[in-house]
Amino acid sequence: MILGIDVGGTHTDAVLIEDFQVKRKTKVLTNEANLLDSLLAVTTELFRDEDPQKLERVVLSTTLSTNAVVQNKIDRVGMLIVSGPGLSPADLPIQRDVHFLSGAVNHRGVETATIDPEEIGRTADGLQREGIRHVGIVGKFSTRNPQQETRIRDLINDHLRHVSLGHRMSGHLNFPRRIATTYLNAAIWERYQKFVKQILYFVKEQGITVPLYILKADGGTFDINRSVDFPVQTILSGPAASIMGILSMVDFAEDAIALDIGGTTTDIAIFADGVPLLEPFGIHIEGHKTLIRGLRTRSIGVGGDSCVRFVDGGLTIGPEREGPAAAFGGPFPTPTDAMIVLGLTDIGDAGKATAAIEPIAAAMNASLEAAARAIFDRTCEKIVRHVRAFIEEINNEPVYTIHELLEGKVLKPTAMYIVGGPAEPMSARLGELMGCPASLPRNAEVANAVGAALARTTAEMTILADTERRTLTIAEEGLQLTVSPRFTLAEAIAIAKERLRERALDMGAKERDLEIEVIECQEFNMVREYYTAGKNIRVKVQVKPGLISTLR
Amino acid sequence: MTRTRKTGLIFFPAFDWAISPTHPEREERLLYTQDQVFEEGLLDFDNIIEYKPGLATAEDINRVHICVPDARGVITESHLISAGGAITAADKVLSGEVDNAFALVRPPGHHAMLVVHGARGFCNINIEAVMIGYIRKHYGAKRIAVIDTDCHHGDGTQDIFWNDPNTLCLSIHQDGRTLYPGTGFHEEFGGPNAMGATINIPLPPRTSEDGFLYILEHAIQPIINDFKPDLIINSAGQDNHYTDPITNMRFTAQGYAMLNERLNPDIAVLEGGYSIEGALPYVNVGIILAMAGLDFSHVKEPDYNPASLRESDDLKRTIEREAEQIYKLWKNRDALREKVVGQAKYVKRRKRIYYDTDGISEQQEETVRVCSDCGGLVMIDSVADTGNRIYAVILSAGTCPECRHDGEEFFALTNPGRYQYVYFQDRDQDIFLVK
Ligand SMILES: [Zn+2]
Ligand SMILES: [Zn+2]
Ligand SMILES: [Zn+2]
Repeated sequence: MILGIDVGGTHTDAVLIEDFQVKRKTKVLTNEANLLDSLLAVTTELFRDEDPQKLERVVLSTTLSTNAVVQNKIDRVGMLIVSGPGLSPADLPIQRDVHFLSGAVNHRGVETATIDPEEIGRTADGLQREGIRHVGIVGKFSTRNPQQETRIRDLINDHLRHVSLGHRMSGHLNFPRRIATTYLNAAIWERYQKFVKQILYFVKEQGITVPLYILKADGGTFDINRSVDFPVQTILSGPAASIMGILSMVDFAEDAIALDIGGTTTDIAIFADGVPLLEPFGIHIEGHKTLIRGLRTRSIGVGGDSCVRFVDGGLTIGPEREGPAAAFGGPFPTPTDAMIVLGLTDIGDAGKATAAIEPIAAAMNASLEAAARAIFDRTCEKIVRHVRAFIEEINNEPVYTIHELLEGKVLKPTAMYIVGGPAEPMSARLGELMGCPASLPRNAEVANAVGAALARTTAEMTILADTERRTLTIAEEGLQLTVSPRFTLAEAIAIAKERLRERALDMGAKERDLEIEVIECQEFNMVREYYTAGKNIRVKVQVKPGLISTLR
Repeated sequence: MTRTRKTGLIFFPAFDWAISPTHPEREERLLYTQDQVFEEGLLDFDNIIEYKPGLATAEDINRVHICVPDARGVITESHLISAGGAITAADKVLSGEVDNAFALVRPPGHHAMLVVHGARGFCNINIEAVMIGYIRKHYGAKRIAVIDTDCHHGDGTQDIFWNDPNTLCLSIHQDGRTLYPGTGFHEEFGGPNAMGATINIPLPPRTSEDGFLYILEHAIQPIINDFKPDLIINSAGQDNHYTDPITNMRFTAQGYAMLNERLNPDIAVLEGGYSIEGALPYVNVGIILAMAGLDFSHVKEPDYNPASLRESDDLKRTIEREAEQIYKLWKNRDALREKVVGQAKYVKRRKRIYYDTDGISEQQEETVRVCSDCGGLVMIDSVADTGNRIYAVILSAGTCPECRHDGEEFFALTNPGRYQYVYFQDRDQDIFLVK
């Protein structure tokens, strides 16, 4: 039995899953001030006549980190930056409490300027004077050589609560994003670890002793104890929960579209061969561009409660929401009202819906029915237009080899899965417009909790081997090893897979769920003065986002 | 305070293409540039937009080249992509989607001449020229200035537009007496109907930031101001760098960025540059930032030391004299035409061309009809030691009725026989015929 809980902004959903079936489900209002209250409420409800001893695991998806960032409930962070040459400091993302330090590492991980212990000492004293106890240390190209970051940490670590190191956040290259990610990690660390302590206390109180997992933005889970140092990975896990939920409710291995149609917005996600797509670099939150591995979603300003207007001879749908649908006492006509008038759904007050659509029909010089039909069609068309643009954008993503340019994968979705309030009345028309069958997953109202419950542990690992320098760097682990000058790509892949396996198991993965794939592997002859001086080998591997397997 | 501009970036490092495994033009060439561009997060700037390159077609190539036997026979997919990348850059700029664009692509092209029997100077087809042909076809007649800042003379671009008065081909490069391809002197000044539209500025070895920027200010910019182009294209070779292994100049990332900021090209296209670790990552980041109007003052090579790169007083004076002479030459272009062309009806020139990359020798005779109304009619008789001999009739863009009449007649009268192929390239009406 698995317990999945999604602590959302409005509702906290929970499900008990047995043999891949939703056995029980419940929903309560989220108490923002005390999340444990909501947790207690749902678990009490679910376990009323169930035996907690039958639990195998608990997975939690929480908005805590997201809300901390959105509501600015974060700590002051001292940022120590080793920038080296390149972008102007003024163009880097974080500007407050930033200290630029000597040192530099180049693209191959070669130290091109040394750090200055005295300067670091002075900076540390400054942090102490200011009362700053959370610190982020980020170097340019630190994923290629983490030593300067770790040496700086060792020199300042005395009186601090927490230090986040840039190279541990992600193996991807992108210095400004590394800064933003490290900053956010340090900024929410205190609040997050307090939450983890409370949760651990709570489950102990409940007599639950099984592994406890937290959902990440990439739709994967990690052990709650491992999550403490990387709270940033839990930001925006909400949309990921819903996508994993859809994945769990329908069985498919094709290119597909998932739509979550809400009141204000519609979220689009795309699956390639049944696997949800990830953001190419990382997610965006509150103006921060990050390296947080996350599922790729697009949110558009059209939903069931979008405000409908007739202006300059044309209908507009959204993007603003001015309240609920007129049928539920809202001030403006909405697509939901149009669907009520068309008889596609029987929710709300049909009289109020009709009254709201009538002025539009008059302005259009059309019948009530025709006006409602037009509103409904425009809404569906708008969603489909955005879906097409999103797919087009993904298909047009730059590639860097002739092979990929000429023969790379092109997405051609053949199915569409829709969840959310207006999913049912809209699905047929959306499928027709998109040219592929649309269907509604079961238990859609608790998709998030189910998605969290069934998500597997995911991880990624980036390896750079430089046989001229005889080094092998694993960014995410902060590890540098020595390799032989004859080290090969095949050996690099083998090491990457083995290390990833260990890492994923350490994060709480089960051996049977380790679906490891090589997402990047390149090998370059390094030629100096017309002779081959060595090889530059680059390998990236991941555990694919997906579901735990026992249940299939 | 500089204004930020919307810059298109077409990045195509062709990580699976090399001339040969240890050749300077190999897979590794833009690897560290990609690392630096990614690590600096340049693609996250709202005003820097990355585009996937399109694919050029044989039709695009036939607008500016005579390929022997045909376009498909002298290129690989990689060339269609790098030329396609340049075309994508042009499309984005001319459609107004971006203010300027940089095609950071390989393989390069500026040593590929009008007739192509094979590869020379690492180039098979001239990607800027293919792009210019495309621009004229799709966006109308334009006065275009190509400023070639590669360390090697842009002899291919010069050859293709030798008789085109509407394309200014200005190349600055290391003195041809000291570097491949050994050309690019003042005397190379354009065909009889396009004198002054080819300008060469050879610079002495060891020229550095001050020298390049001096030439820019005192020769290049005044000439551009007089020429009044609709578009400025920078053949942005990066082998003037002080760490380049195959040249002897002392230019820097700062210098390249400043040059780009001042030249303010509409389109830049990567050409050479083989210091792949010490120069390219920094030079390319500098150029991208400069094009986008962002602060590039912190972009420096790790071993950058301006004092050690400073020019001697002698060198400074040589460069000042060079700038003065060139501008004088340009100002005198009409008088010079009088003197050189005089009353001649046709002007002939003979060339020997060596394709170093493919080891092919070509002998060429070019005949140009002198015309005061257009770029004239050009006829080429070319024989290569591959055994191929070809004849080509070329009408320039904006050709006059008389030149057209004569050209069509020459093509009709010339029959294969001693020629394997006879070509007709009408750059005015975009017609390409082979018999
Ligand atoms: Zn040049
Ligand atoms: Zn060159
Ligand atoms: Zn004429």
